[in-house]
Amino acid sequence: MKKYWSFFRIRFIHGLQYRAAALSGMVTQFVWGTMEILLFRAFYESAPQSFPMEFQALSTYIWLQQAFLALYMTWFWESELFHSITTGNVAYELCRPVRLYHMWFVRGLTVRLSKAVLRCMPILVFAWLLPAPYGLTLPGSFHTWFFTLLSMTLGLLFVVAFGMVVYISVFYTISSQGIKLIVTSLSEFLSGAIIPLPFLPDGIREFVNFLPFASAQNVPFRIFGGDLKGHDMYTSLLGQVFWLAVFLVIGQIMERNALKRVVIQGG
Amino acid sequence: MIQVEHMNKTFKVTRRSAGFSEAVKALFHREVELIHALNDISFTIGDGEMVGYIGPNGAGKSSTIKILSGILTPDNGTCMINGRIPWKERKEHVKDIGVVFGQRSQLWWDVPILDSFELLRDIYEIPTHQYQETLDELTGLLSLGELLRTPARQLSLGQRMRCEIAASLLHRPKILFLDEPTIGLDAVSKLAVRDFIRKQNKEHKTTVLLTTHDMQDIDALADRVLLIGRGRLLLDGTLSDLKSHRPKEEATLDEIIAALYRDYRI
Repeated sequence: MKKYWSFFRIRFIHGLQYRAAALSGMVTQFVWGTMEILLFRAFYESAPQSFPMEFQALSTYIWLQQAFLALYMTWFWESELFHSITTGNVAYELCRPVRLYHMWFVRGLTVRLSKAVLRCMPILVFAWLLPAPYGLTLPGSFHTWFFTLLSMTLGLLFVVAFGMVVYISVFYTISSQGIKLIVTSLSEFLSGAIIPLPFLPDGIREFVNFLPFASAQNVPFRIFGGDLKGHDMYTSLLGQVFWLAVFLVIGQIMERNALKRVVIQGG
Repeated sequence: MIQVEHMNKTFKVTRRSAGFSEAVKALFHREVELIHALNDISFTIGDGEMVGYIGPNGAGKSSTIKILSGILTPDNGTCMINGRIPWKERKEHVKDIGVVFGQRSQLWWDVPILDSFELLRDIYEIPTHQYQETLDELTGLLSLGELLRTPARQLSLGQRMRCEIAASLLHRPKILFLDEPTIGLDAVSKLAVRDFIRKQNKEHKTTVLLTTHDMQDIDALADRVLLIGRGRLLLDGTLSDLKSHRPKEEATLDEIIAALYRDYRI
């Protein structure tokens, strides 16, 4: 365990050193969040009764999404990992006394956390200072805070476990182009990164809610804004646990098989 | 102790000729050929031996090293290293070995070398005092000094290779596999690396298996030579055995090897 912790620590410190990237990321997210809220406001003003979420809950959703973008973005890939498989550099990682899956999983967690830690606070404070209903509204009860945090953790672990399946699939396909393209566009939409899932039409919404992607940012951000509560919340949390377990198992089975038949590319 | 018996490894290689029509044909029917990278290889290497593993490109040298390091699984045959089967007990096995792939890097490219070393220290669970001792010794022998505080990307190839070798020895492995450790190095760096490997073998009784195309490496380092070609072990003997195949009196080592390749038709 200690070695993974130490790996986490060193990688985390390493991730913190990219200040310019953090600053520009933050600026982008301020602007993006503002634009998105303005866009939704236009819809809201034309037909408030057909809005599936309260406007305040929507603003909260968007600001959380911008603040924690690094944790849940499914379009972010570490090209170094793909590269190490296609060039055969993975050979070095295979002669260490650690499991490749565990190492890369910790690495995925660290990259996301170190990016998010630098960026989230200014955005959250800024959004909290905005007037209602455009800003971030804090929930009153301890209960909501607790479940948001729990759900955020599950969502993050899920996103990393999902990414692992994609990374390991490259042992089989060699090129990462195709899978990256498909996975990125599908999962962005289906996880509620482009528009929150409650905005999808009936029928499709139920189906999408059942898919694994709904277990990422969709759940915690809606719990926090008060949009998801009671029975539905518990079902969604169970869904998160379920999909996390499924992807952990798939990833590890794929890793085992891949390593049995691994070919180190390039001599 | 390394014992390899009747080991085989095949790879699938897909082939097609150049051109559009060939590419279309390959969509429907792929020509797959099985390449015997290793064909019934057997050898034993005792503790503290220094063995040169030579052969032309594509002979199976790197494949052997990867199997011995537990990265690849052979099709069949047995291999025991210090009582363990590398690919079955990979995690335990790799604690005892150090590997250097001359054409790859294990150093984290944009942080100082020391950070990479400290990560390795924790991954191999090396006690702090032992790590410090080993590091001091390696720093002295390989004259690392200031290099340790430089990011890997800013080092020259020779400097980086010295750091790579140090990285592979931090956990004091009993066995060291070197896959072309002197590739691309200048004369001074080559001499330094050779000198260091010899010392390491003498003082720590480290078993060394090294692949190389540089015959001076073999001359300087190996007491024993394994010659492999087309996946078969062709010669297992001392350097003087190798030299007895000399085609003419004043032939250099390179010429002897070339003559051997011709004789064995590899």
